[in-house]
Amino acid sequence: MASLRDIKNRITSTKKTSQITKAMEMVSASKLSRAESNAKAFVPYMDKIQEVVASIAVGAKDASHPMLVSRPVKKTAYLVITSDRGLAGAYNSNVLRAANNAIQNRHASKDEYVVMTVGRVGRDFFAKKGINIIDSILGLPDQPTFADIKEITGKAVAMYADGAFDELYMYYNHFVSAISQEVTEKKVLPLTDVASVSKKLSSYEFDPSADAILEVLLPQYAESLIFGALLDGKASEHAARMTAMKSATDNAKDLIDSLSLSYNRARQAAITQEITEIVGGVAALE
Amino acid sequence: MKTVKVNIVTPDGPVYESDVEMVSTKAQSGELGILPGHIPMVAPLEIGAVRLKRDGGTDYVAVSGGFLEVRPEQVTILAQAAEPADQIDIERAKEAKQRAEKNLQAKQDNIDFKRAELALKRAMNRIDVHENKR
Repeated sequence: MASLRDIKNRITSTKKTSQITKAMEMVSASKLSRAESNAKAFVPYMDKIQEVVASIAVGAKDASHPMLVSRPVKKTAYLVITSDRGLAGAYNSNVLRAANNAIQNRHASKDEYVVMTVGRVGRDFFAKKGINIIDSILGLPDQPTFADIKEITGKAVAMYADGAFDELYMYYNHFVSAISQEVTEKKVLPLTDVASVSKKLSSYEFDPSADAILEVLLPQYAESLIFGALLDGKASEHAARMTAMKSATDNAKDLIDSLSLSYNRARQAAITQEITEIVGGVAALE
Repeated sequence: MKTVKVNIVTPDGPVYESDVEMVSTKAQSGELGILPGHIPMVAPLEIGAVRLKRDGGTDYVAVSGGFLEVRPEQVTILAQAAEPADQIDIERAKEAKQRAEKNLQAKQDNIDFKRAELALKRAMNRIDVHENKR
């Protein structure tokens, strides 16, 4: 049996740990509510741009743009959204596993795909596997603004336009609720499903022409799809971290309870033993 | 006076919402003025100021990377970045302008040159809009 002092030390250190996890839980909780409101602020922009893209794509049948057309796939790009830090439960491992499985199933050779990552965990994972990472961003702030991610989205869209790859998929955790996040795969490019999303379409005049507007609009649309996924991923990250830290705090509490029980037992046993020794000593004198 | 509802939205959230008498701005095909009851229209915008006339005054909003969607009763401007004149960080815009000017002189590379040119345009636009306000 562990000595009294050993148990006491363990209790103190577990308490310290639980204070830290508790603090991290609260930090994540407040970041989560910010992330949720960011995601909400983005909705009107996304809805509007979707509506306009759809009405152009549907209304002007003769308008076409390379980003709307599927071409033979020689190279596929995957954009995987992870976090910079761990301690977020299964947040990173889920999305990495899903992305990695898809890559291994779909492609026979390494020349058929490239990977872009957001977050340190994803970059390290794919680098270790020897997969070709063409771009990665690290140190994304907790509340990203559009300017923060413009570089990666702009680059992804430009590379598609230049023909560096013929398809772009995104992998990220979709925020369902504070306790559940879903790994989601989304095809960003080519934009094949724009026409299906709209409800009521208005027919517009185009100034100067539908083609010229698509030229400006579609890259923006693709960029905002990626931005939306990033916001979603951030919200999921904070939720996952919060849940992970909450269960760590709960576990620490259980551990402290059972440790205090054995501490009290050991203390009681020591007292009983001392009394027995005294009584025994007195009995020997008589 | 008849008015039209105007919304300016960016990926970071809505920045302006009001009923105005007239919207005027610069589209890629030229200067554009929109009054209530305009036919539905879509047009990409230049980096520039959007002027919104209402109640005898004019609001200025600096817009970059956006386009305009017009309907008879509503005008929506979607932009990658937009700031009303009183929310512009003038110090930052001035710094950005200096940085862009330096890059323009130093870099001969084509892509960087274009980028610096755009950055300069954005910075100038912000400064102009900020000064116009007063």
